[in-house]
Amino acid sequence: MQDASSTEAGTTMDTDSNFATSAGKQLGLYALYALFGLSVLIYVLSVAAGSSGGSVSGGAINIERNSITIVLTEEPPQLDSTRSTDAVSFIVLAHAMEGLIAYDDNDQLTPGVAERWEIRDDGATFWIREDAKWSDGQPVTAYDFEFAWRRVLDPATASEYSFILYPIKNAELVNRGDLPKEMIGVRALSDRVLEVEFERSTPYFDKLVAFNTYYPLREDFFESTNGRYGADADMLLSNGPYVVTEWIHGSSMLWKKNPYYWNDQKGFLDEIVTAYITHDVNAKLNLFKDGQIVETSLIAPMLPTAMEQRWQIDRFMDGSLFFLEFNHRENRITGNWNFRRALQLAQDPSELVYKVLKEASYLPAQSLFPVWIQGIKEAFRKEYPAPEHKIDVERAREHLELARQELGLEEFPPIILLSGDSPLSLLAGEYYQELYKQNLGLELRIDAQIFKQRLAKMTSGEFDIVMAGWGPDYFDALTFGDLFASWNLNNRGHYRSEEMDRLVSIGRSELDPEKRMDAFGDIQQLIHEDVVIIPMYERGISFVVDPRLKGFKRRSVGPDVDYSYAFIDTTED
Amino acid sequence: MWIYVLKRLLQGIVTVWFIATATFFAMHNVPGDPLLNDRAVSEAIRINLEAKYGLDQPIGTQYLIYLGNLVQGDFGISFTQENREVNDIIREHFPISAILGVLAVVFAAAGGILFGALTAIYRNRLPDYIIMLLVILGISVPSFVIAALSQLTLVTLNSAVGATILPVAGWGTILHMLVPALVLGLGTMAYLTRLMRSSMLEVVNSDFVRTAKAKGVPPARIFTKHQLRNAILPVITVLGPSIAAITTGGFVVELVFAIPGLGRYFVQAVQQLDYTVIMGTTVFYGAFLVFMVILVDLLYGFIDPRVKLEK
Repeated sequence: MQDASSTEAGTTMDTDSNFATSAGKQLGLYALYALFGLSVLIYVLSVAAGSSGGSVSGGAINIERNSITIVLTEEPPQLDSTRSTDAVSFIVLAHAMEGLIAYDDNDQLTPGVAERWEIRDDGATFWIREDAKWSDGQPVTAYDFEFAWRRVLDPATASEYSFILYPIKNAELVNRGDLPKEMIGVRALSDRVLEVEFERSTPYFDKLVAFNTYYPLREDFFESTNGRYGADADMLLSNGPYVVTEWIHGSSMLWKKNPYYWNDQKGFLDEIVTAYITHDVNAKLNLFKDGQIVETSLIAPMLPTAMEQRWQIDRFMDGSLFFLEFNHRENRITGNWNFRRALQLAQDPSELVYKVLKEASYLPAQSLFPVWIQGIKEAFRKEYPAPEHKIDVERAREHLELARQELGLEEFPPIILLSGDSPLSLLAGEYYQELYKQNLGLELRIDAQIFKQRLAKMTSGEFDIVMAGWGPDYFDALTFGDLFASWNLNNRGHYRSEEMDRLVSIGRSELDPEKRMDAFGDIQQLIHEDVVIIPMYERGISFVVDPRLKGFKRRSVGPDVDYSYAFIDTTED
Repeated sequence: MWIYVLKRLLQGIVTVWFIATATFFAMHNVPGDPLLNDRAVSEAIRINLEAKYGLDQPIGTQYLIYLGNLVQGDFGISFTQENREVNDIIREHFPISAILGVLAVVFAAAGGILFGALTAIYRNRLPDYIIMLLVILGISVPSFVIAALSQLTLVTLNSAVGATILPVAGWGTILHMLVPALVLGLGTMAYLTRLMRSSMLEVVNSDFVRTAKAKGVPPARIFTKHQLRNAILPVITVLGPSIAAITTGGFVVELVFAIPGLGRYFVQAVQQLDYTVIMGTTVFYGAFLVFMVILVDLLYGFIDPRVKLEK
């Protein structure tokens, strides 16, 4: 608009400033009105907000109530244990449920609902303890497991984790709809004896039954929920140390100690309040600083702050392995062994971890089997050391030249590197792009995609190399070991080798622990020799816990945060 | 008047239908597969999952089924939270976004009008310069930065005092709402300040104000009746869409302050290709926006005597 008043400024200055003063007064009056109106509105809204549910918390630790406050990264998507697949649901269920066998605070197997068990060549028997109870006081019976497992394998349930029950006789056929579900090899002989028949011998079955999908489910309660099992707090029946008593979706949950839980060595806290749901790491850090939550994870840029605050920083391996997976389909350049070998020789995972990603808790990966995997007596990687690897650009170039001749190429076309869209994967992608350009003169084209689209492209094979990751399901080498078997649907690079299939078969069914571990040792070697993947890093997480909380557990396998052994230490100030 | 309202409502319904259709086809053409997950599933389970969500039908049939359900107000079941209905998600989380949004809009409108008027009165003087500088900051600094900074300020403040004056995050009491609402409304407040300032300046030099002054009308009355009331019109025009934009655009603020609003679902559904939630939230927000625009047009009839709603 035009600035008209300046032309008449000289003559009307006096009246103008008069006008401004009284207009200003009037405006001040309106501001007061607005302030008053605003406070009334705030009051009304706060009443409305109160009725729409919220998360009022009393700080990280409340000694009188014997309760703690925690944060969840997202709303638990699925609390029906037969169908849940995600980390957050696993965390909630690990506190609300208990399987036949559980892991103790040292990651060793410990009796759960089963007081004892027997694993044979052809099957297993579990004896249910008498004092195992549901949160309504009724006993947990063998029938509850039979019902749950049949429901997992029922094709109509469409459970995405059904494959983990496939060692049970006829499980796979039933799950495909080829046999009726009564044919599944699991049977409750009585309230307290559960009999399992195997499809093939499964020496690690005790580790499997600790998994989420093996939790029990009581038929009469399940039917009474009309298909809404696990949708709300009152739609969930627990048999674990805690019961979800309140659940305001997207906002907060309250887990209370289950009065009927049998084990007095677990569940020391009376209440666990999940007062916040956010995946924003900075918001979580702020909540921790403010004394509102007992624990939070730290990413690299936060470490200086944490040290300034003199916090006790803990670290653990979260179990996941990240690697470059090649597309082994025949028409691909990456199907050529010399090519893969060249890429393997021209890189060094320690450079990636220490100089590029700079996440202090990450470990450069050397093998398909992470460092925390157990061998026969000691750590697997102690008994079967990872293959030696040294960066050797000269030899890498020789192999690349051989590959070029074998493939009959003038020069290599751009290689497609499929990656995720997180800052970390983009960083790693750019590192490899630069690395292979300098060392081998190869051009890598980064194809960054959101999660679902990356999976779609991995499944259909639209990539040369993909930055993939794998997290363990159970505490056994096989959870990584069978990844590249020809029948494994997660083998999205379509690696095919008879030798691999033979070794995986031994790993699945061999009863002699030594022969079995030897097979995994051979798999580790084969992965390296045949360059099935290039290991990148094992993910570790730095975190801080309120020093008054003891017995808090983070796990490489299973639910990543576990408060079932946690208690408040009231002795020190 | 009533014929006009009816006409606008019908237009609105057509607009919402158009939004629904466009979203439906755009969504189905986004690359990626909503049913894929970390662990690969066998063909048999895949087929069962597709049947469960009706993805086994041809796209045209899916569209018709979808429209049929939409007319009955049924958005279906979420893909990621498989035992929750999209209707429940909207019903439980929209009120929270709305409460936060209303407060933010009130902050924005009150602040915008007051500061706008103030800068106009004191044009080219110190208050004007200071406020306009803040306005430029408010418009140009993205909300996630402001959100993070204000949260950090809260933490520092609380630890300096040694007690929780204002909660850092969460939801439930008035205290939880103040800072998030202020952060959420800040951008709009800045925008409204500028709008108000320029429209005030336009009015200040208009003939009717000069006439009023010449007639000897008291300054306070000129300011209220002749200036403020006329200058406020453009602000009200943008207020409707602003309410919708603020209520729907709170994703970042909701994330940082751990507020269980609908904005989170709106954004995360797209990332996870949760078809039913995408459709549900988009159509709902679309309808909300359309409704707000109609409402503002109707309000015009009461505020501006020159506007008649007959045609």
